[in-house]
Amino acid sequence: MAWEIVIGLETHTQLSTQTKIFSGSSTRYGALPNTQANEVDLALPGSLPVMNRAAVDRAIRLGLAVGATIAHRSIFARKNYFYPDSPKNYQISQFEIPVVQGGSISFFVDDQEKTVNLTRAHLEEDAGKSMHDDFVGPHGEPSSGIDLNRAGTPLLEIVSEPEMRSAAEAVAYAKALHSLVMWLGICDGNMQEGSFRIDANVSVRPVGQQEFGTRCEIKNVNSFKFLERAIQYEVRRQIELIEDGGRVVQETRLYDSELDETRSMRSKEDAHDYRYFPDPDLPPLVIAQDWIESVRQTMPELPAALRARFISDFGLAPIDAAQLTISRDLAAYFESVNATLPAGQAKLAANWIMGEVSATLNREEKDITESPVSATALAALLVRIIDGTISNKIARDVFAAMWTGEYDGNPDAIIQAKGLTQISDSSAIAAMVDAVLADNPAIVAEYRAGKQKAFNSLVGQIMKAAKGKANPQQVNDLLKAKLDS
Amino acid sequence: MSNALQRYPNIAALHQALSSRQLSATELAQDCLRKIELHAGLNAFVHIDADLTLAQAREADNLLATGRGSLLTGLPIAHKDVFVTQGWRSTAGSNMLKQYTSPFDATVVHNLRAAGCVTLGKLNCDEFAMGSGNKHSAFGPTHNPWDTSAVPGGSSGASAAAVAAKLVIAATGTDTGGSVRQPAALCGVTGIKPTYGAVSRYGMIAYGSSLDQAGPLASSALDLVDLLDVMSGFDNKDSTSAEHCKGVPNAPGRIRDEFNEADKSFHSNATQPLKGLRIGVPREFFGEGLSSEVAQAIEEALKQFEKLGAKRVDISLPRTALSIPAYYVIAPAEASSNLSRYDGVRYGHRSASYSDLEDMSARSRAEGFGSEVKRRILIGTYVLSHGYYDAYYLQAQRLRRMIVDDFQAALTQHCDVIMGPVTPTVAQPIDHNQNDPTADWLADIYTLGLNLAGLPGMSIPCGFGTGASGKPLPIGLQVIGNYFDEGRLLAVAHQFQQVTDWHQRVAGQA
Repeated sequence: MAWEIVIGLETHTQLSTQTKIFSGSSTRYGALPNTQANEVDLALPGSLPVMNRAAVDRAIRLGLAVGATIAHRSIFARKNYFYPDSPKNYQISQFEIPVVQGGSISFFVDDQEKTVNLTRAHLEEDAGKSMHDDFVGPHGEPSSGIDLNRAGTPLLEIVSEPEMRSAAEAVAYAKALHSLVMWLGICDGNMQEGSFRIDANVSVRPVGQQEFGTRCEIKNVNSFKFLERAIQYEVRRQIELIEDGGRVVQETRLYDSELDETRSMRSKEDAHDYRYFPDPDLPPLVIAQDWIESVRQTMPELPAALRARFISDFGLAPIDAAQLTISRDLAAYFESVNATLPAGQAKLAANWIMGEVSATLNREEKDITESPVSATALAALLVRIIDGTISNKIARDVFAAMWTGEYDGNPDAIIQAKGLTQISDSSAIAAMVDAVLADNPAIVAEYRAGKQKAFNSLVGQIMKAAKGKANPQQVNDLLKAKLDS
Repeated sequence: MSNALQRYPNIAALHQALSSRQLSATELAQDCLRKIELHAGLNAFVHIDADLTLAQAREADNLLATGRGSLLTGLPIAHKDVFVTQGWRSTAGSNMLKQYTSPFDATVVHNLRAAGCVTLGKLNCDEFAMGSGNKHSAFGPTHNPWDTSAVPGGSSGASAAAVAAKLVIAATGTDTGGSVRQPAALCGVTGIKPTYGAVSRYGMIAYGSSLDQAGPLASSALDLVDLLDVMSGFDNKDSTSAEHCKGVPNAPGRIRDEFNEADKSFHSNATQPLKGLRIGVPREFFGEGLSSEVAQAIEEALKQFEKLGAKRVDISLPRTALSIPAYYVIAPAEASSNLSRYDGVRYGHRSASYSDLEDMSARSRAEGFGSEVKRRILIGTYVLSHGYYDAYYLQAQRLRRMIVDDFQAALTQHCDVIMGPVTPTVAQPIDHNQNDPTADWLADIYTLGLNLAGLPGMSIPCGFGTGASGKPLPIGLQVIGNYFDEGRLLAVAHQFQQVTDWHQRVAGQA
């Protein structure tokens, strides 16, 4: 039987506010346990929550960016459950009326554009952390403890419709959302530190069936790679289960990246009755139109708009434009490089940034802002390709030298010092061509017998003799002329 | 020197004595500490720390000696133990918090301290303010100074008892369903529950967050003006505190100004100062269950108001009886969630033996909470549960809106203030309803509606009845106003207290 996969994602994004959502404590990551928890975060008797407007600003930013409705009046509710790292034993969240309603996100899967609708995004507070391994008790003994530094950190839970149909689509959506929240400056996107956490609702159904299959919620997926693997594992598990005559049980499952499997955490029967009710400590969150407008004033150009501009103004392919708008910094880098080049060279800049620059950054796990080759320096290098001083291939060697800071990363200095200037003197090239032809009568014969490969072999020999510096176009032209004469 | 509070029975007299240095704040505090000790049998105080008190008194003396004292500087007060305090323990009358000390002061505590008041200690109360007889305290019951076999009311029972016994000049209380007005009535003192949002709830240990409101208890409306004016004000730490009240910033001075303005207008007619005032008397407040002695005292008080020129209007608050089920759904629902933080994990009682985390919380709560608290947590958990939420919690919220509408219809169309009894009877014996714990709830019928509507209301002494032991026990008149009418209400009450002396009667000398 053919199966259709149905995936919806719930993403908890930690909002990049200085202080917590309902208290004045710092949200900085990595402080000593419980040094960033005041009476509100500790839920001391008599403490009360006060809404942090900066968190609301960020929710509005997301809402505007995804074309959602910003609720003029939304409600904070208490989600009641006992857990030691939840100091009040209820979480303040939004239930019936969330602040962001609807909206959609578009992204590319391979070269296909896909749009996923959002159900909602709501504000809530994060819990603390239970520490079982590296906590030291009052007498120096290893102990379990609770760190409430994270308790009360603002979260925006962004819920998609179940509109993704493969693990690859889910990953592409998650990446697009990840880059969007960072683009908007509402989340630092640090997945290691838990700033961007994904839960996946996964179900399968026979192709053509209308109603959804029973879904499982997979938690604890903290990288895109694990998201993909977790979904793939879960899909396999569900299909095998059904094909073996079993039935999928609605439950929450945990992904174990070491074993690459999901396992049951709790079934629907064990699910908490959260006893949601409106929090009487917080009046409804009222967002007047002028608040929304004031946030709109501060919105950056959105990736979709930038993408469209790159396509129309610079003639880039949609997929290239999409890749260059993965982050604001990358897009800015591209624009900066492109601005220095002669018109019509955007494709060259795009290829270099998505090729050599991105590959080197990835290898060294660096961000574009940390690139040792500045946009100005890269542009200077590309100008030398355009004016014929060096070939694209030689330019890669120059780039490598620039990366390590040789000659202060100045491409002209590197080209000069290393004698990499392209040989465009046709008499010099003609001499090299003649020499190679004379030394390789057998290959010449093969070419004349119609073997096209032999031509490439001869080009290779000439380039080798020229130490790669011969102008490849000229080599081609001269060789062809001589062979065909 | 003895019985300073009998010699100087109100804030004006006491302030005069303190500022003229006839009396020092330290002497006064010592006198009160002695008297508290003498009346330890009332079980009004749960924590006293003489060193802390005397340090505050010395500070007050320094201010007074250099002429920098204000009206409240050096006044001996005490706080209901649901206000958290630095220094004194903050227990909410519960074993759960028996050893708990707060790292911060409640805003109310802070405001009164900043005005110069000297804290004598923390006052007993029903556990987490749940109760109406001060019977449900881990520290044992508080006794009514008029008759120690009777309850002082609750949950601010010890606040009323301490004022009635002249242990302090005034006390703070909290009122979620009548917990300031009812004990004030049963102990013969004057108390006010302000409009929801007038006074900050920050640092008040929460019971029913949408209903809880702090208010002072003292021996006259005039004294309450001074206290409430300082206690109230917008607080950016409490999202439910009001920034503006009837267009005026919620800040000290608001209530005093309104009081002065109303008082001045009353003076314009010397014989009938309250001419033009329409007093709504809800017929539902005089039905079955109201004792004849209370009914009669209220009737007498209303006649007194008529003599002052006020006009009596018969009104109806048709949903009065429904305020009991509405309240006993909403308050427990909020309480069940508010009290879930007491789990033995971070502070408070932790069971000595347990098998795992869940067991630790379960046992700590089982041991730490008393039976009335558990009863309300259970009810609250039930009414919020899946499948019951609509039938109970939402239904109660609908009732609440109707009750608001009833009060608004009366107060906007028919009358300026509403008057009636606070309680159906005088104070009951401490062992009353011992075997029927929810029977006490029915006696809250006249006070609950106000909290559900968020309106301000007072209790002022208006007579005496006879308790089960044969001793005289006070009766209170409830005076209800529209939102943020506190100043005006106090001015109306002050008119009554100028022509009556019920509020000047002293326990043991009635």
